[in-house]
Amino acid sequence: MEIYVFDDTFEGFLTLIFDWYNRKPGSITVSSTKQYHPQAFSQTYFVVTDSEKATRVATGLRKRLSKEAWRALYCTFLSERPEGYEHLFGFAVYVFSGIVQAESNYGNEHVLFVHQMARKVEREKHHMEAFIRFQQTQDGMYYAPIEPKYNVLPLLAGHFRDRYADQAWVIYDHVRRYGLYYDLHSLQLITLDFQQGTNLETPARISEDYHEEMYQLLWKDYFRSTNIPARRNLKLHVRNLPRRFWKYLTEKQVFD
Amino acid sequence: MNFNRASEKLQILADAAKYDVSCASSGGNRKNTNKGLGDSKANGICHSFTEDGRCVSLLKILLTNHCIYDCAFCVSRKSNDIQRAAFTVEEVVELTINFYRRNYIEGLFLSSGIFKNADYTMERLLRIVKKLRLEERFNGYIHLKTIPGASEELIQEAGLYADRMSINLEMPTEAGLKTVAPEKSHEDVKKPLHFVNQHIQAYNSDRKLVLSTPKFVPAGQSTQMVVGATPESDLEIMATADQFYKAYNLKRVYYSGYVPIRQDSLLPSIGTPPPMVRENRLYQTDWLMRFYGFRVDEILDDTHPNLDPEIDPKLSWALRNLHVFPVDINTADYQLILRVPGIGVGSAKKIIAARQFGKLRTYQLQNLGIAYNRAKYFVRCADSPFASKDWQATQIRHFILSSSQHKRQSPQQLTLF
Repeated sequence: MEIYVFDDTFEGFLTLIFDWYNRKPGSITVSSTKQYHPQAFSQTYFVVTDSEKATRVATGLRKRLSKEAWRALYCTFLSERPEGYEHLFGFAVYVFSGIVQAESNYGNEHVLFVHQMARKVEREKHHMEAFIRFQQTQDGMYYAPIEPKYNVLPLLAGHFRDRYADQAWVIYDHVRRYGLYYDLHSLQLITLDFQQGTNLETPARISEDYHEEMYQLLWKDYFRSTNIPARRNLKLHVRNLPRRFWKYLTEKQVFD
Repeated sequence: MNFNRASEKLQILADAAKYDVSCASSGGNRKNTNKGLGDSKANGICHSFTEDGRCVSLLKILLTNHCIYDCAFCVSRKSNDIQRAAFTVEEVVELTINFYRRNYIEGLFLSSGIFKNADYTMERLLRIVKKLRLEERFNGYIHLKTIPGASEELIQEAGLYADRMSINLEMPTEAGLKTVAPEKSHEDVKKPLHFVNQHIQAYNSDRKLVLSTPKFVPAGQSTQMVVGATPESDLEIMATADQFYKAYNLKRVYYSGYVPIRQDSLLPSIGTPPPMVRENRLYQTDWLMRFYGFRVDEILDDTHPNLDPEIDPKLSWALRNLHVFPVDINTADYQLILRVPGIGVGSAKKIIAARQFGKLRTYQLQNLGIAYNRAKYFVRCADSPFASKDWQATQIRHFILSSSQHKRQSPQQLTLF
């Protein structure tokens, strides 16, 4: 079985689908460059990303899919899961096979996987919309570090642009090392060079700005006061607010 | 803003507001068209969760906890010896804007004790929402309390700036309310609910003709009942809820388990745990009414006036109506599939979509994400054996309870030693 390797981009993945139809190699396994391990008994085909081919595949898929299913496909791609790529490939082939309304056959394993994975990715996106905490820096910009489970930053852009149209902000994904920067006019992708040894673990006190500190403390005051001790339910608390988010949550930082 | 004073007020006035359980930030549709601050999400967002597991979506505060009323169940009642405080208009606006900018909250939930009189209080609340909307160009969510007895002009103007308005029924029945708050009545609540509802309908029908008709309480109205303070049955509570949903097009009715805050012969004594399981069952019933097509009298009636604390109301209904089951997943209509315990709205829709492509088998149903261990007693798939075992309701109940026992340690369980 041949291994098809693409360059981690969505365009690359769509090109892969194009090349498969072109070369007709039978069944294959799909891998991104990041996850690729050479195997002794399999041939490897490296896909060369080609935006023209990608566009043709995208157009073909969009013609056969509802808006929701197309988004589900993109979300599954953003999950960056190795098995996700396999299922996406299977999903695309199933959709191209000509079955009407293929996307709603939840009895098909690829359709069901894409649907369920997309839900997980959307949930992570929603978690980010809820749990991102901005800190205002000295120059007035609002900064939020994140470490999402899936690569959801592209999905967040519109939400935060619409919401914070009158403030400059940066959301930076520390796992994938890139961020979004809004400068009051447009959005840009950015990469920051953190020096070795920069402490990313604790939310750095970026500014000594009095107001920033004050609002953080007021928010903690509010968070404590709105709790009803007689109803204490830590299990539910942790279920709703999983520990992996605590690192960047202002209200979960211990007073110093 | 002076930090120490703001901090002290925030602690007092958030503490006083927290027994109002409404937290929804949903239903708003304000868009950020003026390059201002904020944008509402139709589904709402919970930005945090407190240690009691409840969501924090809005900055929920009282403008003041000074109050001319003396309702026995309320922390802020006149005769209670507590610290009193009042925010200024500027303080509320600054807190809201700065919390919002940091993505702490979805918006503001503003309530107040009644100081001086209803109009005076309502006028202050109105000043805050106007400043937020007009001066700060704030498009986030605002939930505003309608103060019963305030003039209709003030309420109508407030409706132009708020996303949701609410008035609490407090106790589920008039008789219950009279015992703990003789100065209040359900009539005082019904009048403004009706007034706001009429305006919502009027604005909506105007909008069909004139697109630029301003928004009026776009997220609708809600109310709250305190559960467990007075001796109403679940049937009485849900009947009242149903009546208010229908009469005033309410978006939500909230049920707030009573947390005893002082010793009072009229009320449960201090230390009584809040009825959290009961509260949960009431919400489940509420959901069954709103999304699953159940009528109140199917779930509760004079022979079953209270919900079963051990099992959820849908399962409880199913066990009393075993003649409806098993439901054939491949032929039954949507409404019937919705009634199967363990199948929710999402899975029911998926089942309907998926079965167009061929008969569904058991493994497919399991993969769809339903609670199969619960549903299996009530459904038939393409590969179900022709004659399935004919279990009794008590047996099914026992199977389901024992299979979920490791998750929930029953508080009624007696210890041996």
